[in-house]
Order: sequence, then C-alpha cells, then structure tokens
Amino acid sequence: MSISKHSDGRPYAKFASELFAWSCGFCTFLCLAVLGLLLWNVVSFGWDSLSWKFLTSWPSMKPANSGIWAALVGSLYLIGLTALFSVPVGVGAAIYLEEYAPPSRWRTLVQINIANLAGVPSIVYGILGLGLFVRMMMLGRSVMSGALTLTLVVLPIVILSAQESLRAVPSTIRQASYALGATRWQTIWYQLLPASLPGIMTGVILALSRALGEAAPLVAIGAATYVSFTPQNIFTDEFSALPLQIFNWTDQPQKDFHQLAAAGIVVLLSVLILMNAVAVILRQRFSKKIRW
Amino acid sequence: MATATPKVSALHSSSSGAKFRAAVELILHVVLLGCATISIITTVGIVLVLFIESLQFFREVSVWEFLTGTKWSPLLKPQHFGILPLFCGTLLVTAGSAIIAIPIGLGTAIFLSEYASSGFRDVVKPLLEILAGIPSVVFGYLAVVFISPLIRDIFPNADLFNAANASVVVGFMILPTIVSISEDVLRSVPRSLREAAYALGATKLDVTVGVVVPAAASGIMASFLLAIARAIGETMAVALAAGATPKMTLNPLESIQTMTAYIVQVSQGDTPAGSKEYHTIFAVGLALFTLTLILNVFAQWILTRVREKYE
Repeated sequence: MSISKHSDGRPYAKFASELFAWSCGFCTFLCLAVLGLLLWNVVSFGWDSLSWKFLTSWPSMKPANSGIWAALVGSLYLIGLTALFSVPVGVGAAIYLEEYAPPSRWRTLVQINIANLAGVPSIVYGILGLGLFVRMMMLGRSVMSGALTLTLVVLPIVILSAQESLRAVPSTIRQASYALGATRWQTIWYQLLPASLPGIMTGVILALSRALGEAAPLVAIGAATYVSFTPQNIFTDEFSALPLQIFNWTDQPQKDFHQLAAAGIVVLLSVLILMNAVAVILRQRFSKKIRW
Repeated sequence: MATATPKVSALHSSSSGAKFRAAVELILHVVLLGCATISIITTVGIVLVLFIESLQFFREVSVWEFLTGTKWSPLLKPQHFGILPLFCGTLLVTAGSAIIAIPIGLGTAIFLSEYASSGFRDVVKPLLEILAGIPSVVFGYLAVVFISPLIRDIFPNADLFNAANASVVVGFMILPTIVSISEDVLRSVPRSLREAAYALGATKLDVTVGVVVPAAASGIMASFLLAIARAIGETMAVALAAGATPKMTLNPLESIQTMTAYIVQVSQGDTPAGSKEYHTIFAVGLALFTLTLILNVFAQWILTRVREKYE
C-alpha cells in the first residue's frame, strides 16, 4: 500500500530513470563517435596522397613532391634510442622501489615524485631538454637531445607500469625462491622478471607510443622542420619526426599541405597500431609460459 | 623455476663465490638505487633550469609586472611582459574543454560502471584507450581541417582560429582521463550501498545520482583536476587551433594565445639564445609548471585518500 502511494507521488520517477540511462548511453556513444569521426576524416582525406613516392621522398615546398621519408627515419631513430634509455632505467627504478626499498619516507617521496612527473606537461620537459641537453651538455638540436628529452617524458610511464606488473607477481613465488637459497638478485632475474615480462612490455609499448606521438618537447628543443637527410651521426645531426612533420604541414595555409598532413597521420597511426599489435602478440606468447 | 637451483648450490660450494655474489648484489643494489634517483634528479633538473633561466628574465622585468601586466608582446616593439593575456587564453581553452569533457566524461563513466554489461565494457574500454593514445597533433589537425570550418559556418564572424575551436578538441583529448578514473572510482563503491538504497524503494536513477556518485565524489573530483591539468599543459592542438594573438578576452570566438602555444611560437622562430625574448619561455614555463603541479599534487592527494577509504 505504502509502496503504491509512494510511486503515485512520483509519477515520472521511472521515466526520469530511463531518460538518465539513455543520456549516459548517449555520452558513451559520443566518445566513440569522435574516435570514428577522427579516423574516418583522416583516412578519407589522406588516402589519395599515400603512395610509395610519399613514403620515400624528402619534404619539399611543393606539396606534390613532398614526402615523409626524413620524418619517418627520424622517428624510428628517436623511438629506438628512447627505448634503449628508458627501458633499463625505468625497469631498474621499478625493481628498486618494489623489491629493494623498504617502506620509508624516501620511498614515499620518490613515489609521489614519479606520480607528479607523469602529470608534468610535455612542453615543460622540452624546456628542460633545451636547457640541459641542447645548451649545457652541448648536444645541440641532435637526435641524441631529442631522444634524451623523450626518455624523460616517458620514464614515469615505464616505471609506474613496471611497478604494477612486479606487484602482480604472487609473493609465494618470492618466498619459494628465497627458501631455496636464492639471493635477492637471483630471485628478481630468474623469477620475477620473466613472470612480469608481459606486463612490463605492455607498459613499455604504451610509453613508446606516447614518445612517437609527442611533438611539443621536440619543438621546444628546436628540432628542425625541413630536413632533407637522414641522421648519420646521432650526436650532431639534426632530425625531423613524424608528429613534427604533421604539425608543420597542418600549420600551412594551403589545403594541399593539409592533405599531406592527413597522409602523414595515416602513416603515424599505422606505426602506432603496428607497435601495439606486436605488444599484443608478444604478451600472448610470453603469458602462455606462465602457470602459477 | 628449475633454473635457480644450480646457481644456489654454487653459492654454497665456495666461499670466494659467495663473496663475489655478495659484491654483485651490492653493486646491483646501488645501480638500481641510481635508476630510482633519476626521477628525483629530473624534478630537481626541471626546477633548477626553470628557476635559473627565469632569474635572468626577472632581472630585467619585475615579477610584479610579469604577474599583473595585461599586455604580452615580447616579440614586438614596444615590448610588454604581462603574462595575464596568456593566462587568460589558457583559462578560456581549459574552461571550454572542461564544459565539454566533464558532462560527457562523467555520463560515460556512469554508463560504463552502472548500466553497461561487462561484455560491452570490454569492447568500449580499449576503444577509449585508443582515443587516449591518439597524439595531440592529430587532434590539432582535426581542429584545423574539420572543427574550424564548422564553427565558422555556425558563427560567420568568428576568427579563423579561435578558443572555441581549441576547446572542442582539447575537451575530447581529456575525456578518456575523466572516464577511466571516474569509472574506477564509481565501481569501487561497495555493492552494499547500492543494495541498501534499492531496498528502500529507490529507482536506478535515485541510486546512481543519490548514492553512488556522492560516495565517489572525491575521486570524480580528482579525475576532473587531472583532466584540467592536462588541458592546461596541452600544447600542439592549441598551438594549431587557437590562433596566436595574446589577448584579454573571454569571447571564445576570438583568436587567443595560451601559455603553451607561446612557447611553441618562440621555439619555432630564431630567437637568439640568451636574449630577453629567449628567457621568456622559461618564465612562462615556470608559471605553467607551478600551475599544473599544484593541480596534480592536489588530485593525487585526493586519490590516495580515496584508495585508503575503500581498500
């Protein structure tokens, strides 16, 4: 009796509830629609400019002759070097924080610091790179300056994801290893790292994907926009990168350059998808071997 | 696991081997400590570089003039060094993007956490991760090629590049941050709270809006703060889409310039190193760093408290 009276008092309660559910569903649809719109717009606009010639030509003042070769090679150099620096240091820091450092003020400080570094805008890292690598270490606008700057940008991501993967390894594995007389490093090297490898690799790929798409720090260190050579000496040679080239083309007023930008974006997104596909395959192969 | 056993017996068989191993353990400990210290060095490096170079700038321009001046024209004569126009531009774009991202993001988070089936969630969440992984310069492209003509169709006297243009794309860039953190927090609200509300005769709307969202309010707040910090630091899309006119205006249809876009503008030109113009980017960078740091620290603090509450 009281229930029916209650619902009589709120004749629109059910309707309001339904309406709210639909509105929330519509929000979700909007998020996905934006993603769809973005991909469709880029692919449909840039598709015609994609060709072997586009991939292998130098940038040019004439849109028809312009290509993305210098940027593509520059980006591959940057990603390779960034991986080389950020993976050992990032995983090392994660191992230290998870396996060595006792809970202490120092550890909390480092942890809070890393969480905050992850939120520092990438252009600020660019300014740091400009002051530290380009000027103080006299590396100039070289590939090395770019890679070191990108390393600092992605390091927090590598550390945080590696920590999470290490934390996911059951503590029984550690205890069993120590019980057999293994040292701390033996436990880490033979048990923990193999077990957490899939997770660590996922984090590394995520971080490198971010590095591949970052243009702001490279602009800040003064990376070149028109480069018609591939780097021979990573300590001295200037470089371009995919996101820089796309930025440059989008910044031009002519529509022809916008079409090149769209084609460049298709290339950039393809490399990103390729990297992530490799990550998925590696993860599946490695995680098959683990049976807890 | 079998691989560890022979190494262990080797450890016990000879004492010189044991000493060697102890030395290796110590060295590795120090090396790993070094890796962790790099993060601290990075922070110190950021602060030192920003402060030292800004100091050069503040020798010539007073801090007061920098913080309260309403004109910004370091690259033109007469030079003015008031950061307020850049700050105003950043504020305009950030507010605009928040107006777009907060309702849509929160709605999506609520839908995924309270309404969607787990199968649907498993499909949508990776798609949102893709959205989160799309580089900023791609959003800049979208703003220039797609959003800008659209806005000029609706408002014919809008500037070609304007704050609204940038707000739309930045709003979509920060959406995934709001969705993923808010959804986590909403889902960690204990089931018992929901069931108690249903037992009292509440509708699904009453439960969601009256019980679940308030219980998760602080975590949702933290997701907004993190998203806003991201919007403030967002660079390439804003540099492409918002224009390059430092201006004290709250009209989103005008061309403006943000702090980040100014840094890009100077970096692209040939400003000689060591000049006053060159040092402005460090001063602006310092302001940007301070602003985002405060928001991030606050958000992290809230999130730590939320985690303690439900774990």
